[in-house]
Amino acid sequence: MSTSFAEPVMRVRGVSKTYRLGEVDVHALRGIDLELQAGELVVILGASGSGKSTLLNILGGLDTPTHGEVRYRDHLLSTATDRELTRYRREHVGFVFQFFNLLPSLTALENVELVTEIAVNALAPREVLGRVGLADRLHHFPSQLSGGEQQRVAIARALAKRPDVLFCDEPTGSLDYPTGKRVLEVLEHANRELGTLVVLITHNAAIAAMANRVVRMSSGSIAEVHVNPTQAAAEAISW
Amino acid sequence: MSRLHRALLRDLWHLRGQVIATALVVGVGIAAFVTMVSTYQSLARARVEYYSAYRFADVFASLKRAPDSVAAALRLIPGVAAVETRVAEDIILSVPGLAEPATARLISLPGAERRGQSLNVLHLTSGRYPSPRSDDEVVASETFAAANSLALGSRIGAILNGRWKILRVVGLALSPEYVYEVSPAMVIPDNKRFGVLWMNAEGLATAFNMKGAFNDVTLSLARGASLSDVTASIDRLLAPYGGFRAYGRADQPSDRFLTDELGEIEVNATYIPAIFLAVAAFLVYTLLARLITIQRSQIALLKSFGYSDVRIGMHYLEFALLIVGLGLIAGAGLGGYLGAGLIGVYQSYFHFPVLQYRLSASILLLAAAIALTAAVGGSLTAVARAVRLAPAEAMRPQPPRSFQSGALDRLGLMRRLDTVTRAILRNLARRPWRAALSAIAIAAAVATVVVGRFMFDAVNALLAVHFDAAQREDVTVTFNETRSHSAVTSLRELPGVLRVEPFRAIPALIRAGHREKRASILALSPTGTLRQLIDARRERIEVPPKGLVLTRKLARILAVREGDHVLVEQLDGRRRQFVASVSRLSDEPVGMSGYIDADALAALLGEDAPISGAVLQVDKSREPALYASLKRTPAVASVSIRAATLQTIREMMNRSFILMTIVMTSFGIVLVAGVVYNSVRISLSERGNELASLRVLGFTRVEVGQLLLGEQTVLTIIAIPAGCALGALICRLLVPSFDREVFRLPFVLTRATFGFASIVTLGSAALAACLVAGRIARLDLIAVLKARE
Repeated sequence: MSTSFAEPVMRVRGVSKTYRLGEVDVHALRGIDLELQAGELVVILGASGSGKSTLLNILGGLDTPTHGEVRYRDHLLSTATDRELTRYRREHVGFVFQFFNLLPSLTALENVELVTEIAVNALAPREVLGRVGLADRLHHFPSQLSGGEQQRVAIARALAKRPDVLFCDEPTGSLDYPTGKRVLEVLEHANRELGTLVVLITHNAAIAAMANRVVRMSSGSIAEVHVNPTQAAAEAISW
Repeated sequence: MSRLHRALLRDLWHLRGQVIATALVVGVGIAAFVTMVSTYQSLARARVEYYSAYRFADVFASLKRAPDSVAAALRLIPGVAAVETRVAEDIILSVPGLAEPATARLISLPGAERRGQSLNVLHLTSGRYPSPRSDDEVVASETFAAANSLALGSRIGAILNGRWKILRVVGLALSPEYVYEVSPAMVIPDNKRFGVLWMNAEGLATAFNMKGAFNDVTLSLARGASLSDVTASIDRLLAPYGGFRAYGRADQPSDRFLTDELGEIEVNATYIPAIFLAVAAFLVYTLLARLITIQRSQIALLKSFGYSDVRIGMHYLEFALLIVGLGLIAGAGLGGYLGAGLIGVYQSYFHFPVLQYRLSASILLLAAAIALTAAVGGSLTAVARAVRLAPAEAMRPQPPRSFQSGALDRLGLMRRLDTVTRAILRNLARRPWRAALSAIAIAAAVATVVVGRFMFDAVNALLAVHFDAAQREDVTVTFNETRSHSAVTSLRELPGVLRVEPFRAIPALIRAGHREKRASILALSPTGTLRQLIDARRERIEVPPKGLVLTRKLARILAVREGDHVLVEQLDGRRRQFVASVSRLSDEPVGMSGYIDADALAALLGEDAPISGAVLQVDKSREPALYASLKRTPAVASVSIRAATLQTIREMMNRSFILMTIVMTSFGIVLVAGVVYNSVRISLSERGNELASLRVLGFTRVEVGQLLLGEQTVLTIIAIPAGCALGALICRLLVPSFDREVFRLPFVLTRATFGFASIVTLGSAALAACLVAGRIARLDLIAVLKARE
């Protein structure tokens, strides 16, 4: 394991998640142990049903585990209340969704401002949008932007509040190849320049090349953790 | 049941909250309609049946005195079917248990042999008619007896033509002439202090020296007879006998009130249901439009299976019909219940032998037709959209909602607002029609509440003007015939009397061109302070030394203005005529008269200024002694007491207006809650994903709630002042229907009313919003990560 990330930001110990689906118990996660270090870029790979989304939901404070412990620094997330989880998401976490989920009634700039208005130590919205290459699209509404542009607004929205962790759920899943690559470059840039811990789930194995670590999941367990000695630049990736 | 019908029921169940809210609004509209129309029909029917079964007269006339032989001449007038002569006198009563003197109309009964065929037959509710030879037995009006706890055998002291007499109640009855038992001097019945008594003609004639004569006559008309021709003939015939002008049912106080009340119900029966059903149509539209949007792909699927456009259209139309059908059933039930309750209220001041509440099938059919119109009207455009949807197009997901910079952005106003407010305003601006209709619907609810309180405000204002500015006397005493000025001295000597201001009132016919109106001319002393003439601003008008002051309403009827001349024809005494100029118009809210300077009238009539009565200011502490004396003063025909009158009016207001306020307020609450609930549910359905993603981004429930409820909050805040204005406008439009000869309601709405309407609206909007806001907690945060709009 690389020693350059000495400080664990998140600790997952023996986490299991069981859903009751009709009359059947579904074991979505079975005894997961994982540590996430500050400044890392972690890619979680797995087929659908492997449990990667469930893990991301629990890490992101959207769901709680059935068993086990999840810690963010000194906060215990596994037993937190809805109010505490909301606060955790608000203060420490950024999300990027597969379908962008921007507010259609707000311009690109306003979508970012919506988040910076409630954040404590936010970046200037125009500046963040500039960093994702949208300085000339500030006043466009989502319906006037392409899919890739919308996703970059969503990333800018997530980064603007300087989150400690950025969770991305299939960020390129609904984008074409060149647009998807452009989005990956933005994420890579955020990780390198801002030092944000980025957790990215995907079933696209090619993306794994840009990670510090790659976590492969299968049937609710971690099948393999692979450390990349060198990370490929996003622009060098192809699929 | 077809699969499609099963889907229909599932959709209804799934959307039950909105279905119930919409059905409630329909229900209230239908209930209002059913209540008003069934009440109208029940009252109108009771009136027709009562009048025909008890032979209510068509024409009424009173006169000084005519020999019985004149009756035969009256019978010969073409168009007259029946003639009933009688003696009628106003008397003062001393009722056991009542401190103040009461006034009664004492009317002679026809002989026992003619009782069944006479006009205005009494409906005896208990006891019997006076025995043939008795001169102290009376039948009392049931209403008067009930108000004073009089029973068969009760004794009432009375002054009959100056002589004290004890009358015994042997029967209680109702009369078609007194369905609304109000003294001619009052607007609102005071059943404790005004009643009707009937006694044998012979006893009454003896007491009042009217043997072989009559002073009152009622007539019925033959089918097709002209009222105006008959009254003209009667007037000619009775003129030598001091006839006071014959009049028809339209001027008969009881029937007049009944007609006015029915007219008022009719007005309410149109505009209240119209508001509700228009809003219901709007709610049906929004609900259906949203449902069709959600079910786009389902519609496409059905079409691709080969379901016809008509079948699909019918499917959604059925959805609307089921909602409205639910409302119709609930509304018809509620309407029947409220109608029966309203008839119960009317029973306490309209006295019919039988006033049965009936809800006819035709009303229900009409209600169903109106509800159907609302359903079809509301669903038409939405259904048309479903029908037009091409299968291939419908298969594709709904394109993202597009927004553009609007006027607010261009004006730079947006930059001053926070992001959430901008999102709210853009959402409103994106669907301006929907926003406007929502705001109008809420405004209509505010207006409903305002209108519900209008009578309260207006009557209070009327009372304030009438009793504080116009008629400031404590007691009004009317003599049974004119007295010389020395009567003032006698009144001044009565216990507790502080001030006496005499007046002379003459019944008159006022003519201007071809128009004429019966009214009294009241002669006042210019130095009087108790009875005042006032203008529209409640300022005192001096009685001019020459010329007449006319009540504005009277001037309007006669179509005269200040400076015009009228011909005044005295209807009593020497029947003098004189021409007078109209020097001013006055604006007292109750009654209508001509006013003239007392000396001027005496000069015009060539009289020595006799007086007909006086208004008194009295020492409150000595009222009991004063009332006791008045009860035994032979010259007094009637006494009215300001405090007692006011109390009666207030009691009546509390009974009927509070009910009106409660009903209209409840209607308003349903309307606001229905509109807000539906709008917020639709917002939640349209923007669930948006809101859930904000929750994922760390927005609290309260913050997301603000975004969800913001639109309705803005609309409600806009709607409240607009609704207050709309309510005021409706009241303004209602005011002319209360511009009557007996009273005129001022256009007055208090701040308390607007405040009340605003608070009720905010409260019900908040309540409805809270019902939906609970769903924010249940937003699926996980699904949103994977969901596509």
